[in-house]
Amino acid sequence: MDDSLFRVLKIDLSKMDFSVEIRKELFLRYLGGVGVGVKLFEEELDKNSDPLGSGNVIVLAVGAMTALYPFASKTVAIFRSPLTGNYGESHAGGRSAAAIRMAGYGAIVIKGAADHPVYLDIDEESVRFRDARALWGMKTDITGRVIRERAGKEGFRSIIRIGPAGERLIRYSSAVVETYRHFGRLGIGAVMGSKKLKAIVISGRRTIKVEDKVGYRRIYEKIFSESKGEFMKKYHDLGTPMNVMPLNEIGALPTMNLKHNRFDKAYDISGESIASKRLGRRLACSHCPTACIHIAALREPYEEEPYFYKTEFVSYDYEPIYALGSMLGIGDVDGLLKLIKEVDRLGLDAISTGVVLSWATEALERGILRKEDVIVDLKWGDYEKYIEAVNLIVKGENEFYKYMGLGVEAVAAKYGGLDFALSFGGNEMAGYHTGPAAYATNITGARHSHLDSAGYSLDQEMLKEGKMLSPADIAINLFEEESWRQVLCSLVVCLFSRKIYKPDVVRECLEPLGLRLSEENLVEIGREILISKNKIKEDLGFSFDRIRLPRRIFEIDTPLGRLDEGKLMEIVRKFRELLKS
Amino acid sequence: MIRRIAVPDTERCVGCQICMYACSMRYGDGGLERSALIVKSLGGFERGFAVVVCRACEDPPCAASCPEGALIVREHGGVRLLSSKCTGCMICISACSLGAIFWDREKGKPIVCTYCGICAKHCPHNVLIVEEVS
Repeated sequence: MDDSLFRVLKIDLSKMDFSVEIRKELFLRYLGGVGVGVKLFEEELDKNSDPLGSGNVIVLAVGAMTALYPFASKTVAIFRSPLTGNYGESHAGGRSAAAIRMAGYGAIVIKGAADHPVYLDIDEESVRFRDARALWGMKTDITGRVIRERAGKEGFRSIIRIGPAGERLIRYSSAVVETYRHFGRLGIGAVMGSKKLKAIVISGRRTIKVEDKVGYRRIYEKIFSESKGEFMKKYHDLGTPMNVMPLNEIGALPTMNLKHNRFDKAYDISGESIASKRLGRRLACSHCPTACIHIAALREPYEEEPYFYKTEFVSYDYEPIYALGSMLGIGDVDGLLKLIKEVDRLGLDAISTGVVLSWATEALERGILRKEDVIVDLKWGDYEKYIEAVNLIVKGENEFYKYMGLGVEAVAAKYGGLDFALSFGGNEMAGYHTGPAAYATNITGARHSHLDSAGYSLDQEMLKEGKMLSPADIAINLFEEESWRQVLCSLVVCLFSRKIYKPDVVRECLEPLGLRLSEENLVEIGREILISKNKIKEDLGFSFDRIRLPRRIFEIDTPLGRLDEGKLMEIVRKFRELLKS
Repeated sequence: MIRRIAVPDTERCVGCQICMYACSMRYGDGGLERSALIVKSLGGFERGFAVVVCRACEDPPCAASCPEGALIVREHGGVRLLSSKCTGCMICISACSLGAIFWDREKGKPIVCTYCGICAKHCPHNVLIVEEVS
């Protein structure tokens, strides 16, 4: 096995120092990504430290297949979340994974905190702590431009950066990668901000040795030809926004803070509609033949002068369309794109931002909030007001907006309206009101993220087949799915390619690299990682007994009928048993 | 008749770099060190990509500049590297106006496109093609 993977770069921002450790056993046992990341996180985290204190740690990890196989394009970030106070994990693509592996590392651990803004410049030779005082306060797009001009190494480089939201410790701020990809969810941006770490630029070029060259080439070509299949094509054609219409049709598209399950303007913000009107370019992460990244070109006039225009580029995906579109009642496609762009520039997580704003709109509508606190008159569909509001959140304009920056649960706990504050385990929910499995994922998933075990997908399968599984069977399904995803996220392949990377294919891919593992071994590794994650969560104070269920989810029909709380909790009980077995 | 690699429309490029991985893989390993072409963004992904690959010049400046005669000019254009003659002086790299000759740090020799077409074969979006020229 190419031993560059075993190298762990440890950076201490307090001491402005770094070292490299060889962790061969760790990588051979857990393959990289989440498997290795969770262990490094456990070793390095100061559990007594506040998530925004210098004792928090960020682990970035890639895997055994990075820079070797198509779709192995993701980097996993693990940190303690300032949003939930618990385990934080986020994945991003772009060129981050290839750059980390090409720089000669399997993982990077960042701890401590700098005393002034810095950015890290990492390559095969060294780690440089560059001054970022002049970049502090800059939005994510401009930060990228500045660093790009200085960094060189085009084509072999990744730039991960935060915006004002991360600097100002908004608990759901993200880190932006290559302008259009994100380490979203759970507030890694605020953790970077608390460490005064504005950006990380990383680059490298190397050969990754394989043990069986003929075998490697054979399985590579097999995967490459499968990548042209129907399952990947849908991501290429419309990208993730292809989900808007089907979810709306079945009544699973959360709309206006889930007061409704369908949006009358869904078509206007659908993948089909945006592609026909605004799609300007499609892009890919490094080593991904699919190119699911869809970029809209938005031509806008400068009002003060005739014939003076700019063209802006906005990446749009299903989740931002849900959170900043249907959830806020925005059906004006250009308005939606402008809001997505602003959220991106500030460096906020789109899902959390949308859910926080939709809660606030409903709370204002119901008279729970005072107009003088909210300042702008938030109204469904009024994107200009929402653009103002996201800036007020990042500024922390008044006490109300400071609470808005802590997440929907915190602001609703303070002002009221928890029943319609849509978060689970402290994490704002993604856009799937599909049925019990989706909500069981929100509750049981290690990150309380839809991607943990994809219950939304199971719900849609049950709907399609007209066959409802028992709560116990749903739990088993979710547990097996989340376990297997630990393997994929250790390797680290994009979850969109999960239908290609089945256990037998993964085994075949690893063999020429010198990793001989049976399918059973692989499945077992996945379960072990999932169980470790849940143990860490318990250590950090999580308990299934204290999970808060917003009442709203029981008030609106799902495509599988009204949610039954008893049955939902039966799924959760069974899932807990599986974690213990 | 010779083969060369052409890029009829760079705007089709999505920046996946699979061509670079495929090219590096011609020696059997993974990674990007040995790629004889590069795909890089034009100052931000939204502006598209430069696909830099040897276009098999009829009168190649790289060959003209090589003090050892290690780059043999093919009939109808392009070059072939005679590795045994190459001393690793790197002059060919600066002689190429396109920047289409790369450096193999592991071998200490230039990386010159062999026009094998593995990049074009793997390009998912038909950005790179193999052309026959006579």
